[in-house]
Amino acid sequence: MIPLNDPLDRDLVLEIPTDIQSIEGAVDYVMSHCMTCVEHARRLNLNFRVGLTEALSNAMLYGNGRDPSKNVVVEVCVYAGSLRAKIRDQGMGFDPSSVPDPTLPENLARPCGRGLFLMRELLDEVWYNERGNEVTLVLRLEPAGTLEGGAQA
Amino acid sequence: MSFEVSKSGDVTLIEVEGQLIVGNRQELKQQVLEQLEDGDRKFVIDFAETGYIDSSGLGVLVSLSKKIREQGGELRLSSLNEDLRTLFELTKLDTLFRIADDKDQALEGF
Repeated sequence: MIPLNDPLDRDLVLEIPTDIQSIEGAVDYVMSHCMTCVEHARRLNLNFRVGLTEALSNAMLYGNGRDPSKNVVVEVCVYAGSLRAKIRDQGMGFDPSSVPDPTLPENLARPCGRGLFLMRELLDEVWYNERGNEVTLVLRLEPAGTLEGGAQA
Repeated sequence: MSFEVSKSGDVTLIEVEGQLIVGNRQELKQQVLEQLEDGDRKFVIDFAETGYIDSSGLGVLVSLSKKIREQGGELRLSSLNEDLRTLFELTKLDTLFRIADDKDQALEGF
């Protein structure tokens, strides 16, 4: 894991080799960077941690196809009222609209397909670039009870 | 993640410590499948010491539950913290598993 730059006090860019064993450590590192927002500890620990973990898993497993020669780049920006993370892999991309809803009765017993769903449920904004190899996650940090999107935690 | 396996009558109790995530899910899966192959049919996985399960970990639990049911057994879960309960509720997996407040409740009447 190589911190590429740290241009602002609370902005962070990491380049992480494709290795699923490294995900937990990378997420912990990013979370330690964001935990100054203590009043939002639960939304960070659940919503942001889950979203980031799922995005990294998807990037390594499906985007980079577990190829250890490929990397994932994570950019995190901490703003006064929100957190933004951009996760980019070196894959061909995919169509996020093609992922079925895992909560439908016919999909409930499927062992996979919940990562994107959790990201969408827990973050306030989730969008992909046109190619489908970069996802942006936004968690708003306004006082609890004023948020419109993302599960309240 | 580590886990401790013990027996309570004919129930296999697996107590997980740490996160169940993409990087370690296969260890738990392998352990349960070996027990299943050895003839165990009743399983409780306790998450009292687990802070987080990712979608891959959830997927392993779904997969194990299916395999155990196919062998005429049952997998119960216990001691989910508030965050884990939220994840199970969001994904509606709380409808797929019997989830007990703690391991004693899970073992009761199994």
